[in-house]
Amino acid sequence: MSHNPAPAISQVRRFGDVAVVDVQGDIDLSRSVEFQQTLLRILDEKPSRMVINLEAVPYMDSSGVASLVKVLSRARRANTLLVLASLSPRVKNLLEITRLDSVFKISANEQDALA
Amino acid sequence: MTLQPQSVATNQPEGEQPVIRVRDLVKTFDRRVLDGVNLDVHKGETMVIMGGSGCGKSTLLRHLIASLRPDSGGIELFGQDLIKLDHEQLDNVRRRFGILFQSGALFNSMTVGENVALPLREHTSLDDDTIDIMVRIKLELVGMRHAVHLMPAELSGGMKKRAGLARAIALDPEILFYDEPSAGLDPVTSAQIDQLMMDLAKKLGVTTVVVTHEMDSAFRIADRMAMLDKGRMLKVAPRAEFEAIRDADPTGDFTNDLIRQFLRGDSTGPLTSRRKNSGYEEDILDAAGM
Repeated sequence: MSHNPAPAISQVRRFGDVAVVDVQGDIDLSRSVEFQQTLLRILDEKPSRMVINLEAVPYMDSSGVASLVKVLSRARRANTLLVLASLSPRVKNLLEITRLDSVFKISANEQDALA
Repeated sequence: MTLQPQSVATNQPEGEQPVIRVRDLVKTFDRRVLDGVNLDVHKGETMVIMGGSGCGKSTLLRHLIASLRPDSGGIELFGQDLIKLDHEQLDNVRRRFGILFQSGALFNSMTVGENVALPLREHTSLDDDTIDIMVRIKLELVGMRHAVHLMPAELSGGMKKRAGLARAIALDPEILFYDEPSAGLDPVTSAQIDQLMMDLAKKLGVTTVVVTHEMDSAFRIADRMAMLDKGRMLKVAPRAEFEAIRDADPTGDFTNDLIRQFLRGDSTGPLTSRRKNSGYEEDILDAAGM
């Protein structure tokens, strides 16, 4: 388990009512709570679309994945389209083995996620 | 084939430390149960520790999970010497491995879901929603999502093992220890649990250590195998080497033939002769009051 003191969300970029969230570092038990709370706060602003850019996330454990599921559930209730973009092979693999790859909308890169 | 008692196989990638390192481990209860045991387990491999009743394999497992302290020798997990760690450091190491006990060790007063959630409630600050999602993810991984609201008493033996396994992986462990995973299961269910263990090892990339005396299961799942006998490590080697010993004719070498007899489950051989002869003269003379 890594203990990365840096915030999980490095920046939020806004394009009209679309929010692009840049995530950095491993998301595991030591950071999942903060990761989830920050995402939920961004969701409170009711963007029409929220793109979570995971390009800089080499590893995520099941607490990170569960956090994303909770955010997805809230996003659906708020009519926000949630898109995961630029997944590393390990994160993609984790979503596949937990059979959640079909639950999330996943884009190969940020451009596709915004299209 | 050359046998090297007490040998430590070293097929690890150069420069990579083993995840588990046991050196010269000695433990004595009423007799010496572990007598200078050495063992390395490498990241991502499945190591099967085998041996007959009383050979010391369960005692070795209890040392590996830090529930026993050795009389002498060392045990390192993740490069940390367990004997030197304080309580908090030991807790941190314990969070990095999961254990499937023989019975599944589920709490009968809790549902399957509550059992799986227990380590998450004890060791994390995650909220209830997130824990519920994680419980379902873990149960899905072991094919038991449908059983989230069932009580342990409603489960078959195989289902109990699966539920116990879901709990063992609750905290995303890096090592999974299995204590006699086939115990009490019929052959088909046992094979299914073996398959699940292999699937999880591959999918999750965990290092797996299995203590068993079930040879069918051992040969199905092992990358490497370690054979204990009377507290001593007879041989640590890739599965293929043990398969070769099992399938070859007796060599006349005591150690080799002892391993062969154990692997084949033969009724005659060095193990049987040793048991027959062991202590008989002393017993009979004791009875005669000498």
